[in-house]
Amino acid sequence: MATTVGVVVFPGTNCEHDAVAAVESLGGNATLVFHADTSLEGLDALILPGGFAHGDYLRPGAIARFSPIMESVVSFAAAGGPVVGICNGFQVLCEAHLLPGALQKNRGLSFLCQPTTLRVTSTRSVLTSGAELGQELSIPINHFSGSYTCDVETERQLLDQGRVVLSYVDNPNGSVANIAGIANEAGNVVGLMPHPERATSNLMGSTDGTVLLGSLLSAAGASVSNA
Amino acid sequence: MRFIARVEVRLRPGIADPEGATIERALPAMGFTSVASVSAGRSFRVELDADNLDGARAMATQLADRLLANPVIEESVIEVSPL
Repeated sequence: MATTVGVVVFPGTNCEHDAVAAVESLGGNATLVFHADTSLEGLDALILPGGFAHGDYLRPGAIARFSPIMESVVSFAAAGGPVVGICNGFQVLCEAHLLPGALQKNRGLSFLCQPTTLRVTSTRSVLTSGAELGQELSIPINHFSGSYTCDVETERQLLDQGRVVLSYVDNPNGSVANIAGIANEAGNVVGLMPHPERATSNLMGSTDGTVLLGSLLSAAGASVSNA
Repeated sequence: MRFIARVEVRLRPGIADPEGATIERALPAMGFTSVASVSAGRSFRVELDADNLDGARAMATQLADRLLANPVIEESVIEVSPL
């Protein structure tokens, strides 16, 4: 049975169809889940895609955190279900305290839309388990508030516990410790600013995103067989 | 009784403030050469009902902590007065 990934849509989300297409191109099923719903039944993994949830009012992710679906997302994550937040989805996961830290305005106040080179710094997560440690991936970023920030203690913990899963080779936005993506302690919740769904075909200039999303599908499949 | 809470949200000390820094750099070009520093933040005006000033202050503190500010990077200063 093919695994099914739920792609959560908030008002203002705009990368949901890219995420669905990427999952389907890798042989998975994907279905959109509206933020006002509360059921995640039948889903093996979740993607919180990019965009501007609730207009990014107050702070990116600050209002999305209170959408009805988020309580179910928190339970899904607590039960070990794979959850990946991309760009705005990463901001939502931080605001929801599923991941530590916060995303701040980019250093230099520039909106950044460009390919970036990422280094896989830990394979202990649902998004990087199929990658090789030290592997370099070309994946685009597209954000204004992508500068990862946390206190010194959290930074040390993330680094010591292998929870910084992806880092920038040329830090474009001023993120602490060149952090591009982090995981929770169990490795089943991952947030990253770059867009792997936009690097899934040669037409897009890179297929390196398939390494990451392929890992997610494998993890989703594993959680099905455990169920 | 109705109260008004003014909530100022600002970045914690040590957190980079690219917005404040950019404004700070723009001011000398306009002739404001004696500006020492600028930090950027947000301010909210919240009208709320409570039994007394302490209750209003407690409610304002809660809503600032839970929503208006992100405690990871921000802190808030709250002033409450009867409307």
